[in-house]
Order: sequence, then C-alpha cells, then structure tokens
Amino acid sequence: MYRYDEFDHAFVRERVEQYRDQVDRRVSGEITEDQFKPLRLMNGVYLQLHAYMLRVAVPYGTLSSTQMRRLAHIARVYDRGYGHFTTRQNIQYNWPKLVDTPKILEELAEVEMHAIQTSGNCIRNVTADHFAGVAADEVADPRPYAEILRQWSSVHPEFSFLPRKFKIAVTGAERDRAAIQTHDIGLHLKKNDAGELGFAVYIGGGQGRTPMVAKLIREFLPESELLSYTTAILRVYNLFGRRDNKYKARIKILVHETGTEELTAQIEAEWEKLRAGELALPDADIAAITSYFAMPNLPERSEGWALLAAEKKRYALFAAWVQQNVTAHKNPDYGVVTISLKPIGGIPGDASDVQMDLIADIAEAYSHDEIRVTHEQNLVLPHVALADLKAVYDRLAGAELATANNNLITDIIACPGLDYCALANARSIPVAQEISNRFGSAERQLEIGELKIKISGCINACGHHHVGHIGILGVEKKGAELYQITLGGSADNETSIGEIVGRGFEPEKITDAIETVVDTYLGLRTSPEETFIQAYRRVGAQPFKTALYGEPAKAA
Amino acid sequence: MALKVLTANRLSDGIAVWLGADGSWQETIDEAFVARHEAALTGLQDAEKVAAFDIQVVDVTLVDVEERDGHLYPLRLRERIRAAGPTVRLDLGKQAETLADDAAAIAA
Repeated sequence: MYRYDEFDHAFVRERVEQYRDQVDRRVSGEITEDQFKPLRLMNGVYLQLHAYMLRVAVPYGTLSSTQMRRLAHIARVYDRGYGHFTTRQNIQYNWPKLVDTPKILEELAEVEMHAIQTSGNCIRNVTADHFAGVAADEVADPRPYAEILRQWSSVHPEFSFLPRKFKIAVTGAERDRAAIQTHDIGLHLKKNDAGELGFAVYIGGGQGRTPMVAKLIREFLPESELLSYTTAILRVYNLFGRRDNKYKARIKILVHETGTEELTAQIEAEWEKLRAGELALPDADIAAITSYFAMPNLPERSEGWALLAAEKKRYALFAAWVQQNVTAHKNPDYGVVTISLKPIGGIPGDASDVQMDLIADIAEAYSHDEIRVTHEQNLVLPHVALADLKAVYDRLAGAELATANNNLITDIIACPGLDYCALANARSIPVAQEISNRFGSAERQLEIGELKIKISGCINACGHHHVGHIGILGVEKKGAELYQITLGGSADNETSIGEIVGRGFEPEKITDAIETVVDTYLGLRTSPEETFIQAYRRVGAQPFKTALYGEPAKAA
Repeated sequence: MALKVLTANRLSDGIAVWLGADGSWQETIDEAFVARHEAALTGLQDAEKVAAFDIQVVDVTLVDVEERDGHLYPLRLRERIRAAGPTVRLDLGKQAETLADDAAAIAA
C-alpha cells in the first residue's frame, strides 16, 4: 500500500488546521453559511435531512486494517455506530456533528486518510478495479497510476474550480470491473505489440440526468504520458466546458456538443504542447510508486487445495459461499474474498463499527493486512490462502457478513435515497430491502444467475440505475413516490444505458414488477447459461414490456 | 390556506429543528408554532427572513403540515422523514427518542 511521505503528512495536517479554523469562524458567526458551505464541501462535509454527512475518501478503494479500525472508531465515537460504503469506493457517516468534524479529520489524518475532494467541482477520488493487483486476468496493477493521479490532482491549482465534478477510473484487467466507461475519464491499462504499458483512453462517460457511454479517444497512450494527456483533457474541459448551466456542465456534454472527433483534435493539440514538458513521468517515478503496491510475500500454501475440497464437501453453505464470493487469485494457493454488505433484507453498503473491527482483524490475520472497497458497495479481502477460507468464512458468518450473493439478484446497489439524502425524491433502501427479501432464497438466486439491480432515489443516479441490468429510478409524482424501471444497462466492457420500459410503479407494486421482469427472463432464456443481460440483448425490451403492461394496442 | 411551520437544521450538529411559539428552535415538530391564518403566516415569513441571519441554524424553510390525531403531519414525505428519522432505521433520529419514551412508559 502507498504510505504518506513527510510532504503528504504535512499537507493533510495543514488542511485539518485550516478547516478547524473555518469551523470555528462559522460557529462564532464570523463567516456566513454562504461563505462556509464551499469550504466544508471541499472537506467532504454535506448537510443532509437529519444531520451533517461526512464523506471520507478511500483512494482507489484500498484500506489497511489500521485504517478500517479507525473508520470503526469514528463510527462508534462520533457517529451512530455504522458507516455506509459508497459507489465511489468511499465511506460516508450520516450523523457527525459539525463541531466534531475537525477532530474526526485529525483522527483520519493520523492513519493517512482525509476527506479532501470528496465533494465540489474538482477531481474526485480516483477509483480502480477492486481486484487490482490480484486478479488473474490482469495486465498490470492500476493502483500505482491511480495514486499518481491522486497526488497530481490533490488541490491542483488549475483544476480546483472546474465547471463540474470530475471522476476518473482506472482498470488494469481484461474484464472491466471499474465501470470505466461511465466516467469522465476512463483508463484501461494494456500492453502494445512491443509489450509496453499504456492506456486506452475514454472520455465523456457519465450517468445523472443525461447518461452517456464514454468515447474511446486514444487506443494507446504510453504510461509516461499519463499526466500530460490527462492535463490536456482537463485543460480543454476547463476552458470550454459549460458554466452557464450546471446540468450541462459535465465533460460528457462538451463531448456531445463539440463532437468526439473535434474535441479529440483539441485535446491532442493541447497535448502536443505539453508532452515534451515536465509532466512526462520518468520510469523511476513510476517504479517508485509501483513498489508500494508490490504483491506481498505470499508463502506457499498448497495444502489448501485438498483441505478446501474436503471442507466444501462437508459444509454446503460454505461451498456455496466459495462458489459465489471467492475469485481466482494470481497465486493459485490463494483466493480473493468478496465480503457481501448485502445481507438478505439489509441496507446495501452499511457496516457497523463491530463489523468493521472484525473485518480489520480478519484482514490482519488472513489477508496481509489489506481490504478493498468495491464500487458495488461490498468489501474485499484480496489475499486469503485457500487453506484459511473456512476460518475466514466462519468468522464472517458469525457477524452476518457471509451472504453468498456476489453478482446475484440480491447484490443490489442502492443510494441512500430519501431516507437520508437532501437531493433525493424517493427512497431507495426500502425498495432494495423488499426485493432482497422477495428473492432471498439461495436456490432461487442461483437459478436466476448473474443479475445486477441498481437503484437511485433521484436522477443524479448515485445508485447507478442507468447501468443496472435492471435499473430502478425513484421519482416524486404528485407528492408520492413512483419507481421507473430501466432494462438492459451494464457497466462492463460492453457498457450500455438501460431503456425505460414504461410508466412507473407505486412503492407497493415495484417488487411485483421486478418479479414479473425476472420471471419473463426465466421463461425466455435459451438455457440457464444465458444471463439476463445476454437474453435482454437478444430479445430486446418488448417481451418485458408486454409482461409488465400487456399487449400494445393494435392500430385500428 | 395550508398550515405552515418553519423548519431548519441546527448549525452545530445539523439536526432538524422547528421554530417554537416562544421563538426558540425545538427538536420535535410537535413543538412547532403553526401558522393557521394569513397574519400568522406573515409573522412566520418574517421569522424566516430573520433566521437567515441566525447563527444557530441553516437551511431555513417553511413547510406545509396538517394536524392528524393531535400531531403535526408534514404533507411532503421528505419532511415527514426529516421529522421522524430514516424509515429504514427506526432506532435512529427523532423517532428513536419517541420509541425509547414509549418503551420506558411500557416498562414503568
């Protein structure tokens, strides 16, 4: 893992002191709310329905046990005993007092964490594949590049007041698990024919009220040019992105209105001016950052093969969990464990202080002190020996953390919605809970297979509904909640935006409607191997529309 | 006219509060001063303008309510959730205190 150097420590501590002074001045009345609001937002402090909300950055989703324990401590001491892991691989606290937030940030700084740039019109937390460094299908670890981007973008003087927020994601594996095509910039690490590392560069993806899939603007960017090219993109966006209308201010609109070809030409022209300059990354610098992310020394644990086979035979629930929640590691003696934060009927992404402490203990004992946060609101133990899986499972199961539903229908993404969020129009969490309960049977979930449901409580789409195989968008209509269904979205290598199928459903009818969609899929799939999204792409929306709304009226 | 109350979030901890009849900010909606006619509404609108400069609170706004079973009931779901707490965590927010009171009363 990356470790702060003296500069990082001093920088974060200085920011905490600045913020403490800002809070003091606000509370004393020296500055107004209009003056204070942008300052608190730059430190991740929002005001929501019931209280303030603090969003803490988890850079590219990587945490140590020490950091996780500190997150648990903050939940226990300053909040209500839990935190909420988000689709940006961050954690949010829902109940901190404003007057406590400087102390919280001070405690975070002690473990090399902060909340800088988790809000505002700046470059947000850079996200990465949550299986980075361990995935068997990986070309290279994306985290060193995400860390380079983090350092470069932190309080970048030119890019601190962009037209709108700006999100970057990096993946280094063949299979995109970081949803890069839904980002302002998506970077896909690859090797060229000469075996050199570089990136395929995508820009202009995004969700919100105008969802768009990112456009590929460069097939191969040498790794040394990461910052020069990113700077060129940001500079063109900063100059020409719209500032007259916040709903048209993201780079996706600039791409759309300018045209991909023209905008790419502008970016390339800007890059020509930059590429020979100081932004070129020396190999030694890349190597220095990369060394922080070296694979830990994993001892040979080949005894796990036979042990695991025997334990799977003996314990059916454990076998089901291994099947669903353990993924191949680069080292065949090890596995990558996904800890589900989606217990049946639970709140997606929430973890209690006790659970966080337990996960920290397990990571320390069994996963080389490392934990990941996924953008699908789960956690990951990246290096667990096969021989230790049963022990890890037993400890997780004792804390409701061993639900075997990774990538299944109850592994639902949901934003906080109207239960917490000041922007929301409808609740998300109760919808997720009811669907989870309806489809809670393990057998039924396995029969349905891979199916991603994503729920947002407003058009800002924090719950990624546009790219859910089944997406649900909560709206307010005549003072009541109503839920629109979209079908056919996905956020992988073949990213697509879901299509709205028709009129919305009342809260008491939405779960029945989802069941109708699922039953329709089960009835038309060619085999159990044909997943929901594959079937949808084969047959289109009409069979689902007919099932939901009846046959379309025939023209007279 | 719809009944109205004045609500805000407390600056120091962000919790939802409502303006009481004595001009102080109250932690439960049932303690709110209710504007039932135009003259009272004008008074509440004046209070809203003044509260914009009150360092105790932020995000001051008027909301529509009605009376149901002796309690104030906001017409918008958003305001009902603010007044009670998250519908998915009944142990949190204002409702938790009510539930605790109920539990204590039952236990007594």
